[in-house]
Amino acid sequence: MSIWEYANPKKFIATTTPLVPWLMWTSVAILCVGLTWGFFFTPDDARQGSTVKIFYLHVPSAMMAINAWIMMLIASLIWLVRRHHVSALAAKAAAPIGIVMTVMALFTGAIWGQPMWGTWWAWDPRLTSFLILFLFYLGYVALWAAIEDSDTAADLTSVLCIVGSVFAVLSRYAVNFWNQGLHQPASLSLDKEENVADVFWYPALVCIAGFVLLFVALVLMRTATEIRLRRMRALEMRMRG
Amino acid sequence: MIALLKRDLKLAVRAGGGFGLGLAFFLIVIVLVPFGVGPDAAVLTRIAPGMLWVAALLAALLSLDRIFALDFEDGSLPLLATSPLPLEGVTLIKGVAHWVTTGLPLTLAAPVLGFLLNLEPGAYVWLFASLALGTPALSMIGAFGAALTVGVKRGGLLMSLLVLPLYVPTLIFGAEAVRRGADGLDASVPMLMVAGITLGCFALLPFAAAAALRVNLR
Amino acid sequence: MIPDLGKYAVEVLAAYGVSIALLLGLIGASVWRSRKVRARLATVEAAREAGR
Repeated sequence: MSIWEYANPKKFIATTTPLVPWLMWTSVAILCVGLTWGFFFTPDDARQGSTVKIFYLHVPSAMMAINAWIMMLIASLIWLVRRHHVSALAAKAAAPIGIVMTVMALFTGAIWGQPMWGTWWAWDPRLTSFLILFLFYLGYVALWAAIEDSDTAADLTSVLCIVGSVFAVLSRYAVNFWNQGLHQPASLSLDKEENVADVFWYPALVCIAGFVLLFVALVLMRTATEIRLRRMRALEMRMRG
Repeated sequence: MIALLKRDLKLAVRAGGGFGLGLAFFLIVIVLVPFGVGPDAAVLTRIAPGMLWVAALLAALLSLDRIFALDFEDGSLPLLATSPLPLEGVTLIKGVAHWVTTGLPLTLAAPVLGFLLNLEPGAYVWLFASLALGTPALSMIGAFGAALTVGVKRGGLLMSLLVLPLYVPTLIFGAEAVRRGADGLDASVPMLMVAGITLGCFALLPFAAAAALRVNLR
Repeated sequence: MIPDLGKYAVEVLAAYGVSIALLLGLIGASVWRSRKVRARLATVEAAREAGR
């Protein structure tokens, strides 16, 4: 019994299909609890007023935007080393989710920045890095869409993902060097003394858990869709040929 | 390897090879800048380092799709792949050839165009040095992008989308070096970073580009 | 029911509204595409069974 058994597309579909609705509903329920808690039952911040409630959307989506890319990187590496189709298709399935998360983080950030910093957008290191991450996602999805043969596309996007990751990290440091920003430092360091107060912290944790579960559910579902699409194309080819 | 380099250079210089087009593009972009932002010399001086770098980068981007596309179309790329020269060497040489035909002329022309934008006198040497160090990285990253998209019909636009985000670090450090030079500050840190990026690109990207080419030739 | 959001009500509500719309859109699109592909695969497989 090893985890690689799930690299078999049939086994993957058989295992995940009954799991997905459960995961999806659980994540939606957790998100409802977390966001309701954050929205209705947390006090306003002394300095930031009610805008602090955006925190519960901004931080989890920003985290997931980065985590989705890391997951794609790992899946790409697995594809290049072990040639499991499920892995390549999972990376493909995760990219649009990453795009949505990045847009969400940028949007909530902009709308939070307007009252707090007096501007929608500043060329601050964190904001800029996210914009660059967004461009990387776009390029990745565009490359998938441009190539017809799915194995070729999987190989090329995997190479792009790996090279892109190196350059994304490099850009992060370059951007830091280039401009010191307005953005507060990470609010999620392990050193909890520096972090936000507990009242804001617990609902945020619930929201993060909800986002993670939602991401897992969506990736599983979308990967299964990609597997089915692939199988359908293969069948159609065989019937024609 | 030398023979391949000579062949590529000869092909580029010959009519229709696109040699000089990048240079002309660079000139035109720099001429357009004052039309866009106005002729105020103080403003031009401030934006000159960044504009020169951005224009050079776009000019280098312009000729990237030629790196592999022509060889791919006329069938000489599979020949190169089966030659005794490893494909990593081929991609490296292609990157070098692209730099000699575009990056080097751009570097040589940039100080002249600096006059047009009223660049700070102290910044010329930094402009020249940072472009000389940075454009090889642009060529090598471009060779990687070209290798990724060589199988895609009309892949030029797609390649720009893939390559431009990869140019970000080089641009930041390169332009920062010129800006610090213009302000009379010490520019050695960004210069070292540009040099590091270039060396890293030449050490690692030929492997990635060769991997992409192998997939596309399959 | 809605808590007093003070002067930032528009910003907070817009952030929540757009984010929830984005999430629902993403979930909806994924579910819809999954259903469509599943149905199409079923027809293709049925046709193959019939053709054999």
